[in-house]
Amino acid sequence: MGRIVLDKVTKKFGHVEVIQPLDLTIEEGEFVVFVGPSGCGKSTLLRLIAGLEDVTSGEIYIDESKATELPPAQRKLAMVFQSYALYPHMSVRKNIAFPLKMAKMSQVEIDRRVNAAADVLSLTDYLDRRPAQLSGGQRQRVAIGRAIVREPSAFLFDEPLSNLDAALRVGMRLEISELHARLKTTMIYVTHDQVEAMTMADKIVVLQGGVIEQVGSPLELYRNPCNRFVAGFIGSPKMNFIEGDEAANYGAHTIGIRPEHIVVSESNGDWTGVISVSEHLGSDTFFHVHGTGLAETITVRADGEVAFKHGDTIHLSPRVEMIHKFDAKGLRV
Amino acid sequence: MARAVTFNRKTGNTILAWSIGLLIFFPILWTILTSFKTEGQAIADPPLFLMFDWTLENYAIVQERSDYLRFLTNSIIIAGGSTLLGIVVAVPAAWSMAFVPSKRTKDILLWMLSTKMLPAVGVLYPIYLIFIELGLLDTKIGLVVVLMLINLPIIVWMLYTYFREIPSEILEAARMDGASLRSEILYVLTPMAIPGIASTILLNFILAWNEAFWTLNLTAAKAAPLTAFIASYSSPEGLFYAKLSAASTMAIAPILILGWFSQKQLVRGLTFGAVK
Amino acid sequence: MMAPAVMLLLGWMLVPLIMTLYFSFKKYLPLRGGDLGWVGFDNYVRFVSSSSFWPSVSTTLIIVGGVLAITLILGTLLALLLDQPMWGQGMVRILVIAPFFVMPTVSALVWKNMFMDANYGLLSYLWEFFGAEPVQWMSQASLISIITIVSWQWLPFATLILLTAIQSLDHEQLEASEMDGATTLKRFWYIILPHLSRAITVVLLIQTIFLLSIFAEIFVTTAGAFGSKTLTYLIFQRVLESQNVGLGSAGGVYAIILANIVAIFLMRIVGQNLDK
Ligand SMILES: Nc1ncnc2c1ncn2[C@@H]1O[C@H](COP(=O)(O)OP(=O)(O)OP(=O)(O)O)[C@@H](O)[C@H]1O
Ligand SMILES: [Mg+2]
Repeated sequence: MGRIVLDKVTKKFGHVEVIQPLDLTIEEGEFVVFVGPSGCGKSTLLRLIAGLEDVTSGEIYIDESKATELPPAQRKLAMVFQSYALYPHMSVRKNIAFPLKMAKMSQVEIDRRVNAAADVLSLTDYLDRRPAQLSGGQRQRVAIGRAIVREPSAFLFDEPLSNLDAALRVGMRLEISELHARLKTTMIYVTHDQVEAMTMADKIVVLQGGVIEQVGSPLELYRNPCNRFVAGFIGSPKMNFIEGDEAANYGAHTIGIRPEHIVVSESNGDWTGVISVSEHLGSDTFFHVHGTGLAETITVRADGEVAFKHGDTIHLSPRVEMIHKFDAKGLRV
Repeated sequence: MARAVTFNRKTGNTILAWSIGLLIFFPILWTILTSFKTEGQAIADPPLFLMFDWTLENYAIVQERSDYLRFLTNSIIIAGGSTLLGIVVAVPAAWSMAFVPSKRTKDILLWMLSTKMLPAVGVLYPIYLIFIELGLLDTKIGLVVVLMLINLPIIVWMLYTYFREIPSEILEAARMDGASLRSEILYVLTPMAIPGIASTILLNFILAWNEAFWTLNLTAAKAAPLTAFIASYSSPEGLFYAKLSAASTMAIAPILILGWFSQKQLVRGLTFGAVK
Repeated sequence: MMAPAVMLLLGWMLVPLIMTLYFSFKKYLPLRGGDLGWVGFDNYVRFVSSSSFWPSVSTTLIIVGGVLAITLILGTLLALLLDQPMWGQGMVRILVIAPFFVMPTVSALVWKNMFMDANYGLLSYLWEFFGAEPVQWMSQASLISIITIVSWQWLPFATLILLTAIQSLDHEQLEASEMDGATTLKRFWYIILPHLSRAITVVLLIQTIFLLSIFAEIFVTTAGAFGSKTLTYLIFQRVLESQNVGLGSAGGVYAIILANIVAIFLMRIVGQNLDK
């Protein structure tokens, strides 16, 4: 249960084609993450799958049957919204029970499922509170609880963690991953936080301007980005891009090298520059190097113990096997 | 954290605000007090404030002379009927404006409000003729319809502003949770909008209760509400201040009492939903 | 789902409007011969050239402008005061709002007789107490009287909206400006007043809508005498008192045009403010 297929789906708002003809298959039990810059159509795509927006053309299949025309309620999907969208006038218990009540389930069954969900999400002590009396993380868990009680064939998440502070975000990220591991239900997760994408996904879908740029596992995208956009989007800090003569030396229009694939040295290397900013994170150090003559700034990662500072001249050597080559159109060569 | 306010300053504020508040309230207070005086005491020089022989005779006279209860019933039916009818028409309109907005929504809303600016007197005669033609003159149903129409723009506007405060994601969540349009409106939208709807009902009830152009011009006897009841006291006849006060108190008391008990909704409603 | 509301209002607007236009081109005297045929623009010319026309326009503008100015200025001051810490704030607020609940016929009658009567009015006692000659309010100062009465009715509304808006002001903003060394007056001028602009627009809009058509306050006080005849009242007299429907309808068309000029102007402002 939970195989979703999009076949040449498009979406127009007025005359603007927000989603261009798009094919995508999401396998049963997969954790799929949609990433891309703001406004690229992630939410729209998710809402098309949910049925909250109508497709302009194309078909959507859920579990092998056509769902294009089905209203949201009949698609057996559950969604967790960015703003949680809890019903403010209902207690936590009623919020979680609402979809079951809509499905006209027996009260006994409703109670059993709500209690089970509350147990899983550590909400048992809060069942009689209103959403306004909960913290952000607890509200998030209620929203998830409301989604899991229905035992949907897939979960849809739209940036569920973006309203939480950094520490909670890490915690919830783990909880959602664990939930996926336990339920083994298909999950589609929208984010523009690429750490979330890399850590949670079985499969990442990179979108830009309503077009899928690449689909693959996190490591595949990291290792073999199919174009310059994906290369720049996946990985943090961003990949360095170098054009001109240096790129020509490698037989490419542009070469890309990730900060973690450059070796730093005090005395010798292929490139030379001056450190403008050094960021010491403890485990790692990032240097922003100017004046290499290759690009405005080259970012490099070094060990946490390396003790260069602002104004020092350093030498950089890329690990040649890690260099990505792109042609004039930005495609991988 | 706000700084501690000095005791003196707070005392000063309190005295000033209470003085102004009482000054503004004074005409109402004076009317209520006068209604318990005899006609002679009502015009005593110097004016009597509390030291007079309290009496209820004015109320008895007014009820006997003008059958207050009939006017009261008419007022309740007309104000209540027009408000409820207005809500029934306005809820779907406001719902679709707030949750299925189009490019024209704003224009339509402004146009609706602008019909409020149509001077009533400019169309008085045609309405008068139509009323005669339809046999609606001096009927409650006629006034219910007219007052509903003149308040409709305000009802739509208020409901729209309240509905718009409800995030559309919540309604989408309900749709995902399997709610039909009916359950969506019944279990999610309405409970969330109840405070707003209550404020709207209250304010429009008061506006309809106090409306004094159409109620004076389209009624004669049968359907006349309290506005007409009180207007009949406009031509003086001997000593009549105490009776006028009693009649006035009877005309405004229901609204004052209603306002007293529903302050919170009213204050919210009085801002026409336009200011948070 | 907007359709019912839109259709109703459209009908309510168009049908009488077209009838008014139709009558305005006729000589139509219901009690003296009825429909006496088409007269072209005669009624329009006669209405404007009547000696009461321009005075009625200026009376209308003076009343509306006067009430707006008074309620906005006093309302702002009162709102600033009520925002201060004090004891019994809720109670003072009720006292201040109360006049809004009083129906216009009642407040006009009470003010006219019990306060502004030259012999027995409370204001006369007050004047005499200070050794001054009592004023014949309704005849000598009719406009001031009417503006006073109407301002008393609408001050609560202005105060309440402005108070709500002031309370929504982010207090950190005020504190920041205090840190920047702004004086109380400067804080009012540069921070509070701009923050109030939306609320002031709402007050302007809603009050203008209601004030342009005030009727009962004049009907029961001066009945249009002593230079207190507004455009609304003039038309009312032409139609109902002199039973000249053609002439009154032409006046109605003028009133509609005047209202539309005001409406276009106001709707601009509101439309802009609606997006915020
Ligand atoms: N209801 C709508 N009407 C018109 N245009 C819309 C509508 N909803 C979205 N859009 C447009 O569609 C594009 C994609 O929007 P979408 O919300 O899917 O972006 P997103 O990838 O989720 O961005 P973000 O990361 O900021 O949430 C945007 O350009 C947006 O302006
Ligand atoms: Mg989005």
